[in-house]
Amino acid sequence: MDFALTENQRRIREKARAFALREIAPVSRASDLEETYPRQVWQKACEEGLVGIFIPREYGGQGLGFLELALVSEELSRIDMGIGLSILAATFGSENILFFGREEQKKRYLPLLTSGQAVSAGAYTEPDAGSDVAGIQTSAVREGNEYTVNGSKMFITHGKVCRWMVVLCVTHPEEKKRHRRQSMILVESDRKGVEANPLKGKMGIRASETTEISFSDVHVPCENVIGEEQNGFYQLMHFFDITRTMVAAQGVGLAQGALGEALHYLDDKTAGGKPLREDQRIQFQLAEMATMVELARTITYRAAWQVDQGVPDPALNAMAKYYSAETAVKVSGIALNLCAQWGPEAFYDEFALQKLYRDAKILEIYEGTKEVEKITIARRLR
Amino acid sequence: MDFALKKHEQDIVKAAREFSRKEFPNVAEQSDRNEEFIPGLWRKACELGFVGLFVDEDYGGAGYGFQEHCLIAEEFCAADGGLGAAILANTFAGALFHLFGTREQKARFLPPWISGEITLALAVPESGAGSDILSLSSTAVKEGENWVVHGEKTHVFSGHTADYMVVLTLTNPEASNPDSRYSFLLVPARNPEVETRKMRGKLGMRAAETARVIFSGTRVPADHLVGTQGQGLLELVELYAVIYATLAAMGVGVSRAAYEEGIRYTKQRVAFGASIFSLPATKAKLEAMATMIKAARNLYCEAAWSIDRGVKDASLPAMAKHYAAQAALFCADEALQMHGGYGYFEEYRIQRLYRDAKVIEMWGGGKDMDERMMASALR
Repeated sequence: MDFALTENQRRIREKARAFALREIAPVSRASDLEETYPRQVWQKACEEGLVGIFIPREYGGQGLGFLELALVSEELSRIDMGIGLSILAATFGSENILFFGREEQKKRYLPLLTSGQAVSAGAYTEPDAGSDVAGIQTSAVREGNEYTVNGSKMFITHGKVCRWMVVLCVTHPEEKKRHRRQSMILVESDRKGVEANPLKGKMGIRASETTEISFSDVHVPCENVIGEEQNGFYQLMHFFDITRTMVAAQGVGLAQGALGEALHYLDDKTAGGKPLREDQRIQFQLAEMATMVELARTITYRAAWQVDQGVPDPALNAMAKYYSAETAVKVSGIALNLCAQWGPEAFYDEFALQKLYRDAKILEIYEGTKEVEKITIARRLR
Repeated sequence: MDFALKKHEQDIVKAAREFSRKEFPNVAEQSDRNEEFIPGLWRKACELGFVGLFVDEDYGGAGYGFQEHCLIAEEFCAADGGLGAAILANTFAGALFHLFGTREQKARFLPPWISGEITLALAVPESGAGSDILSLSSTAVKEGENWVVHGEKTHVFSGHTADYMVVLTLTNPEASNPDSRYSFLLVPARNPEVETRKMRGKLGMRAAETARVIFSGTRVPADHLVGTQGQGLLELVELYAVIYATLAAMGVGVSRAAYEEGIRYTKQRVAFGASIFSLPATKAKLEAMATMIKAARNLYCEAAWSIDRGVKDASLPAMAKHYAAQAALFCADEALQMHGGYGYFEEYRIQRLYRDAKVIEMWGGGKDMDERMMASALR
């Protein structure tokens, strides 16, 4: 067993950390307040080679693994999870092309993502179907060599800025097996009948673009199917099993960032002449937070490492995402309260921890709610 | 022992519920977004007798206690955390007058406060001092017949709109016991010598406006000292007993609202072929929420009841506030979770409750004050 990161892994982590401090930190607060998508930061991230690092070299990526992606995710989220998501989710949905697409699809789409020419989206969730993915209603009816797509999708990251989206559609409504009715279809966002509306007023990750999408009689060639027809549900489950490690790493990064903010804030404070950091009440809370962060990091790295070894463990990935998300919510919450016990500035948005606390909660909801993760875990217990 | 609400308490709860449910919901979202209170609401709450009903009838009150006050706090915050907080934060200075004011001060300030003609703010925290009460540095120096106040207060509820402010100041810096160095001074706030700036960007309870207040040589007549000179910190602990009992009740209100949103949403949301309310995991969470709400309510009722009986022990209100904050955090977190992605958006009330609940936890005198309040429990 070897827990050390390789030279290359350390290098990519350093690169992501430096990028976050240099490019993300300065625009973090304004992007949060104004809910603005940080297009320039995304472009710079492409130039630096931080987008789609897991994509093989022949398709324009760096051929790195999901552990490296976790390191990047952690470092970006440590500074700003919302802006970080704009970079990490710039390839969202297109992982399906990599996992299940035809060679020509990979060649056609993937290089556009890493070179900064396109952003993609994954459109699965609907207004009435989230955790119950098989309950989606968006239909794709085949006529000759074409599908006609109708329906609506909800909470879609990058629905407006994307060039294409990979859409989970019901293609075989008559199929008896509920999980064999769906297929994944790539829909270019400039096709007639596609409409995306940005959703405003999120509590956190406000720099990340979230949209509602409607498809009305959108005609798509059959060659746009990703993977096999009727295999959409299973492909999606595989997609989540893999990408969840990136989301788990977001939680690790956010929690680490929150712990860092608390330490930084409390460092020079004193009470009755004694440094706060020597107060046992505070020490123990900091120790508990640090322990949770380290556990979240360890399980996340292990889950990602297993993906890279070719033996992904869906239960482990679910544990990593569930635990890291909960850690992010808890650690940012404890950190914020600790600081509020010290100064009223903690109530206001100039105080970075306030934003971290608002951002954290989405981790327990997106990419599978923690309830879905618990189901994934419990089903595999033997 | 009798756990039933008395007739007049039931009437107060009913009236507070009717008022807040009628007046709050349609303005709550806008108040939260704009960080603006609805000034007319304060006046209406006063006219209906919801403000200062713990004050003796001689001074315009109802002669009830803090128990009745807390029942109102729960109802108001069950209707909306921010609007409830805005009204209740404006009662803390009045409580200070009630507890420590002279007969003349009470006669002069309490009746117009209760009727809504004047507003009173409480100014304690300072930037950089935080909860280390003994590092508060706003000073008041006696010059002839006046106190001259210098210093800057922060996070003062209604600091920019109040007619008067009660300010905790260092009046006896030379006292050998550090606890005997502070006094409360009443400062007329509509005064060119008082500079105020509204603060923005609070996490929650955003309808409860706050301000920075700067005193640079503000002159206050000598008879505007409230309480006993040098006893400000002891008085503050006693006042915080009232504030914490109120915050506890507010926390129960927020918890209840989250619980109600959780039930409402889970009953209408269908997944896997049935309402998510019918899922065992959902019911387990709702049961846990209901249990915590009940326990938190019993605790704040006992805390307020003990204050009304003159018990000078701040530990029970401190316990009540901490437990209610945990209940509010738990209920808001779980109820938001039940909403899934929708709960993360401001159109859904649970997002506001999630932010408001955290403020209940963060709100208070800080760690130093908490230790002072809890000290009596650790004997």
